[in-house]
Amino acid sequence: MVNSPTETPVSTDRAVQIRNVNFSYGSKQVLHDVTLDIPANQVTAFIGPSGCGKSTLIRCINRINDRIPAAKVTSGSIHVHGIDIHREDINLHELRRRVGMVFQKYNPFAKSIYENVVYGLRIAGVKKRSELDEAAEKALTNAALWNEVKDRLHTSAFGLSGGQQQRLCIARVIATEPDIVLMDEPCAALDPLATLKIEELINELKKKFTIVIVTHNMSQATRCSDRTAFMYLGKLIEYGDTMQIFENPGNSQTEAYITGAFG
Amino acid sequence: MIDPDILIRKGMPKGYFKDIFVRISLGSVTYLILLIAVMLFAKIVIDGAPAIFSSKFPFVDMEFLTAKNETLHVFDDAEGTRHKLPASKYNEYLKAHPGDTIYNEKTFSYSGGGIAGPIAGTALLTLGAIMLALFFGVSAAIYLAEYAKQSPFIHMVRLAILNLAGIPSIVFGLFGFSVFVLAVPVITNMPSDRSLLVVPLLINDFCLSFQGWNSSLMAGCATLACMILPVIITASEESLRAVPQGFRDASLAMGATRWQTIRKCVLPYSLPGILTSSLLAITRVAGETAPIMFTAAVAAKDDFPWEGLKNPLDILSSQVQALPYHIYTLAARIPNSEYTQRAQYGSVLVFLILVAVLSFGSMILRAKLRAKLKW
Repeated sequence: MVNSPTETPVSTDRAVQIRNVNFSYGSKQVLHDVTLDIPANQVTAFIGPSGCGKSTLIRCINRINDRIPAAKVTSGSIHVHGIDIHREDINLHELRRRVGMVFQKYNPFAKSIYENVVYGLRIAGVKKRSELDEAAEKALTNAALWNEVKDRLHTSAFGLSGGQQQRLCIARVIATEPDIVLMDEPCAALDPLATLKIEELINELKKKFTIVIVTHNMSQATRCSDRTAFMYLGKLIEYGDTMQIFENPGNSQTEAYITGAFG
Repeated sequence: MIDPDILIRKGMPKGYFKDIFVRISLGSVTYLILLIAVMLFAKIVIDGAPAIFSSKFPFVDMEFLTAKNETLHVFDDAEGTRHKLPASKYNEYLKAHPGDTIYNEKTFSYSGGGIAGPIAGTALLTLGAIMLALFFGVSAAIYLAEYAKQSPFIHMVRLAILNLAGIPSIVFGLFGFSVFVLAVPVITNMPSDRSLLVVPLLINDFCLSFQGWNSSLMAGCATLACMILPVIITASEESLRAVPQGFRDASLAMGATRWQTIRKCVLPYSLPGILTSSLLAITRVAGETAPIMFTAAVAAKDDFPWEGLKNPLDILSSQVQALPYHIYTLAARIPNSEYTQRAQYGSVLVFLILVAVLSFGSMILRAKLRAKLKW
């Protein structure tokens, strides 16, 4: 952190610091002046109605939005472990390796289970078989999938159930040992049982990783997050401890949303 | 409802005869087209079958497929028996029967022997053209689908490529002639007199001479490749776009570079589509006459393209025979008679079977790969 002179105070217990971020898709502004800190080794949940910008916000953290030509952070800054991720000399590939992402629709590659898990290591240039095997077993164990797939590691990932495929995607992300795992509605395409498994997994994973999760499911936010941010129309309305947000919301819009009055 | 009886019609249904008329006229047009196709194939199969099929095992006249093309000599011997012999056997006959008089001798160019030369030439042209077109076409498709920003300019580029598909093949032939045959640069120590520009390379006598590749296999391949490029580019781009976006997102989010993503997560899954479309392009390459007429093909050639070469690479600069051009020669350059029919219809039938097999192969391949690759 020595070579990162930033205006904001740098703190190790804050994994991500978002400061006054405005974001636009072309002429359509999606995020308005969002500022918040995401603490390390906790689960931070983003809730809010569809189109409120919560997915867009977490997709800014690993700069995966760069792919979309007209999408741009127009002002403000995002620091990951104190480093401004919009610096000219940022190592984008390393950033994405450190900030993993699990997508809404589970998207394993059309490869074997094993090849899916070691993908990140392979593209990082790891060639040693023993190292790959070890990492695959560790990641699959951490993703609570090892016992289910250990006998068919080399069969197609598409043979797994939806929930297993999503856990495989989580295993793929944690195989490279990132610091932060972004989850964009990881259970949106899953049934309640598979959802439960992922939630248990999230509770396990937060011991090692900082987890940021976007969810539509408010009870999911209460079950597995430490902190909750409520967003509405591209603005951060309220942000605090999950207990406080759900039991004693400080904002009338938050209250209306969590009680189901709109959204 | 006031009067339920209005639901019951009086007389014929509305437009009854008109409907029958339309159905019959549309149907007869359809079956007329079918009839034309059937007549076309029947004519070729009936007249061509004797040339390539035989009544004895293995039921295929291998000589027609494997022998070189020769002039046919037709003559009567002293006993009045009629002989039909290709040039080589004719010479043997003359040696075996010295002093015999022969009567009514006629010769028919290209009508004896087999069509191995044209088959080999077409195979070489097709192979070379497909390899060239795949390399350039897939490269361009990857750029257009994965790298290029979707700007109005790229839109124009895509439109221009599509337009290329509509250019008549004879124009490609002339283009190939003026560019690949006459103008592309070669490295040589003896520049030709008609070289457009000679640039000395300052290594011994070598210079870069813009004199073209002459009429040769490689000029033909390059011309044919230009012709099918739009097909390959368009089909490849579509196959690349058909790969789910999720694969790319996941790979990029893992820290992969763009090229790693394309190589590992996009290309393998678009390859089946690219290959089937190129198989369809093969049938087009194999069938075109106009692009090779000025750039590669010759009517008669005694050797196979690979025979009598000092250096294996010289095959690229040798001229070849080709099936479609051979058919053109047989049909247009020699007088028709009962003795030329075997070669004429035989060649056409072989050609049709070849194209049918390739098309059918591509259909099966596509069905198989589609069933295998699901996401």
